[in-house]
Amino acid sequence: MPDYAWPDAQHRTLIGTRVSRVDSPVKVAGQAKYTYDVHRPGMLYGKVLRCPYAHAKVVSIDTSAAEKMPGVKAVHIVQGPGTTIHWAGDEVVAVAAVDEPTAEDAIRLIKVEYQQLQHLVSDTEPPKGGVQEEGPLSMDAIDDMLDNQVPAGQMVSEIHQYGIGEKPDEARLNDFKESGASDAVLDALRKAAIHPEAASKLPSSYQKAAAQTAGDPEKAFAEADVVSEGLYGVPVITHCCLESHGSISEWTDPDHLFTHISTQNVSGIPGQMAEPLKIPATNIRVHQDHIGGGFGSKFSPDRWGIFTAEISKKAGGKPVRIMLERDAELEVAGARPSAYARVKVGARKDGTLVAWQSNSWGTGGPGGGGMPPIPYVFSIPNQRQEHIAIRNNIGPARAWRAPNHPQAAVLTMCALDDLAAKLNMDPVEFFGKNLTLTKPRENTYREELAIASELMDWKQKWHPRRQIASGDLARGVGLSFHTWGGRGHASDCDLTIHPDGSVDIKLGTQDLGTGTRTCILIVASETLGIPMDAIQLQIGDTTYPPSGGSGGSTTIGGVSSSTRRAATDARDALFAKVAPALNTQPDQLECVSGKVSVKGDSSRSLSWKEACSKLGVMPLTVRGKNPDKSKPPDLTNSGVGGVQMAEVEVDTDTGVVKVKKMVAVQDCGLVIDLKTAESQCYGAMIMGISYSLYEEKVMDPSTGRMLNADMGFYRLAGLSDIPELVVHMMTGKGYDERGVIGLGEPPVISPGAAISNAVANAIGVRVPFLPLTPDRVLAALEQKAGA
Amino acid sequence: MRDEDENQKNPNDSPESPGVSRRDFLKISGISVAVPLVAGPRVIKAAGQEVRVYGPGKVPMEFAINGKNYKANLEPRVTLLDALRDEFELTGAKRVCDRAECGACTVLVDNKPVYACAMLAIEAQHKAITTVESLTRDGKLHPIQQAFVDNDASQCGFCTPGFVVACKAFLDKHPHPTPEDIRRGLSGNLCRCGTYAGIRKAIAQVAQKGA
Repeated sequence: MPDYAWPDAQHRTLIGTRVSRVDSPVKVAGQAKYTYDVHRPGMLYGKVLRCPYAHAKVVSIDTSAAEKMPGVKAVHIVQGPGTTIHWAGDEVVAVAAVDEPTAEDAIRLIKVEYQQLQHLVSDTEPPKGGVQEEGPLSMDAIDDMLDNQVPAGQMVSEIHQYGIGEKPDEARLNDFKESGASDAVLDALRKAAIHPEAASKLPSSYQKAAAQTAGDPEKAFAEADVVSEGLYGVPVITHCCLESHGSISEWTDPDHLFTHISTQNVSGIPGQMAEPLKIPATNIRVHQDHIGGGFGSKFSPDRWGIFTAEISKKAGGKPVRIMLERDAELEVAGARPSAYARVKVGARKDGTLVAWQSNSWGTGGPGGGGMPPIPYVFSIPNQRQEHIAIRNNIGPARAWRAPNHPQAAVLTMCALDDLAAKLNMDPVEFFGKNLTLTKPRENTYREELAIASELMDWKQKWHPRRQIASGDLARGVGLSFHTWGGRGHASDCDLTIHPDGSVDIKLGTQDLGTGTRTCILIVASETLGIPMDAIQLQIGDTTYPPSGGSGGSTTIGGVSSSTRRAATDARDALFAKVAPALNTQPDQLECVSGKVSVKGDSSRSLSWKEACSKLGVMPLTVRGKNPDKSKPPDLTNSGVGGVQMAEVEVDTDTGVVKVKKMVAVQDCGLVIDLKTAESQCYGAMIMGISYSLYEEKVMDPSTGRMLNADMGFYRLAGLSDIPELVVHMMTGKGYDERGVIGLGEPPVISPGAAISNAVANAIGVRVPFLPLTPDRVLAALEQKAGA
Repeated sequence: MRDEDENQKNPNDSPESPGVSRRDFLKISGISVAVPLVAGPRVIKAAGQEVRVYGPGKVPMEFAINGKNYKANLEPRVTLLDALRDEFELTGAKRVCDRAECGACTVLVDNKPVYACAMLAIEAQHKAITTVESLTRDGKLHPIQQAFVDNDASQCGFCTPGFVVACKAFLDKHPHPTPEDIRRGLSGNLCRCGTYAGIRKAIAQVAQKGA
């Protein structure tokens, strides 16, 4: 059996070292081509008319003037009269024209009449008594779910769990099918339990989404020595990818679509476009060289990806480009659900945690959304949670880097930090005392907490919460813990060795800027003993073997495992051809430094090129897969832990918070490229500072529209907001042998909680909600002064 | 936040900048439907003076970009950024915010950094336009580009070309910057992946070695 296992530290030349990103040169030269940069011959430019209301019915649409306009090639109604729109910015009509100005003018000529409906864009605490218990789903609710593109799996499980209010007839089922219901959903509806008594109830915006109890929280709170209660929260923020969502689609013949799309999910796109376009997935080719940010918002072709293809067809198959404008990008193309909670935690005098209670709420837009995993990291023995999902017209939510975890970290770590303050304990001591509740990560966290404390100089910087005088520049430190899975996804990799010694690798994966290309080449180079630049790597096309979407930190484990297996099998097949020439057995050969040689006798060797010439005339292609139980060991793993600390300075006159230093200590199993791994952590801390201090999707309650749908008022952190950042990756014994684990999500989880805790330490009072804006800081200080 | 460097990036703030701002133009352009015909300027009398009026249809324009001449027929409302990207396929400068907020479209106009999304193409005629594509000579990266590679100063890379041009212009003006210079001088570009730590190191590397 070939040895697929990762080489140990003594036998690694590249893995775990600092290797420069291979696609940096084309990026810095401005030569990297993103979807937005693709210019196809005869390309038309598309523009979209969007609904200005958060909740409205389309009454009529008149496109006649636009259609008559010179230069306009196609007009396509996306949501026709009778459709209900559930958020501002949703698409109504699209046009394609010879150039962008013409398309813009055409949009202005379209007349749409709407009937405005009542909207809700707030996600403040649900009113008492206004909450609807979980119950059977009405047919309107099913309609809404389809309109809001709720994933089929989630719909099936909700139909299964709650049943339905009335039995849908075949005509109704047909309507659902027209609206995009999958066969699984229709099947679930046919088999669902019917609860007619619920059919008459009016749907509420507030839905009880979870209620759980473990242990005996009432008794535990009664027996606790100290109980702390507080209010915490994180608003809706956006993804704000710098490259907006969009695609360029063209029909190469009436049944074949070629699309360039900005996506985290190259291999998964055809399967999502096939049904709406009524062509087989095999007839859809997707290509993408580079992507300008995704962060969880680019897994689907989206409605606009579908109608870009449809409008191309109307225009005779000509390429049509529709890339979202910045305002649309922020309004409709990606938002992270909010989460707020009233939390009560109890501990014994020595700091041992005994009880948790949370009443949480939040919105993921029209779908409502679920409860973050609270209490987070620390499994407090007695706990009760209740969560209310708010269904509103803020627009749909999407997975945002580490879905639900940053919210869970704020709700949990801030509540625990307030409890530590009430106990008058140093949080390092308090959290350290409770690490047994973090099993199975206890030892990792203990090591990380010690290292982080050292790197932050925590002992010198921490002080008990204290009174501060107005005008002080107050300093404080805070910390947080996080966890994530990160097991490698399914990935196929084709590796070809040519008789002239050249090597190419093909995977249908994508590089989000995480260093995927670099890591694939490191693994192949390490395995074959030839330089990285001697290997040609091609990714980002559906003509290559499929690889999973890049989400949930699953890419590195997937592609490194499939590449390792492909390279090992190719190497061994080459050894079989070369062994006779070196008068030895294949298992006695090794590939090192561009040579194939007999182990322990470097005098008996062939150069890589000579060795490959033994292949004859045919190249050798092998496919590596992940997972592959027939080719052990498992090369990837799941479950990491991280600790972060922040130091802040708060101007108590102006309320301005500045982060002065941040420390990230993180494990991710075997690190393939230390340089890009560290960059993930630096980037995550910076993104974390941004959402902690500045980011919020601000909705106008009266118009129902987003007030800051631009990059001036939807503020991202700039270079001047970034302090000293320290990254420490946990490597070596206890970590390397776990295999490769993903890193994209974990380090972005803790910054919100760590920074909020640092501000509480600095000013002696909790600022309940992120972002920690000057008005909120001053309000907290005033409230404290008044108390 | 704003200092001299940043002001220069926005041509509408500059006292020498003639003509109509892009925003005004967008307002004006709404009145008339674009006429796909190429014509030179008309001369009209306004406030007692003869004024040349271009558009609303396409007008012939000429540009000097990276030392080469380019010609195109464009509507006067087309931005320099869109002309570069859609007419000349110079796609290094990126369209992100499209309203002078993020710096991803930064190019040099007469050696000064400018947000190409906030300058009309018609205004950029006969000025020396330098885009990121010209910084790499004979396959060799400019020192600031090499420093970006060495310090892993790009992730997704969409903000990178704008940052590279902004850093080049900044270092030309401040060859030995203080941390405060860097803080102020590079506040006009935004990154979402969080590459600022690498960018700061890249600038330090070039400042130390000299560009």
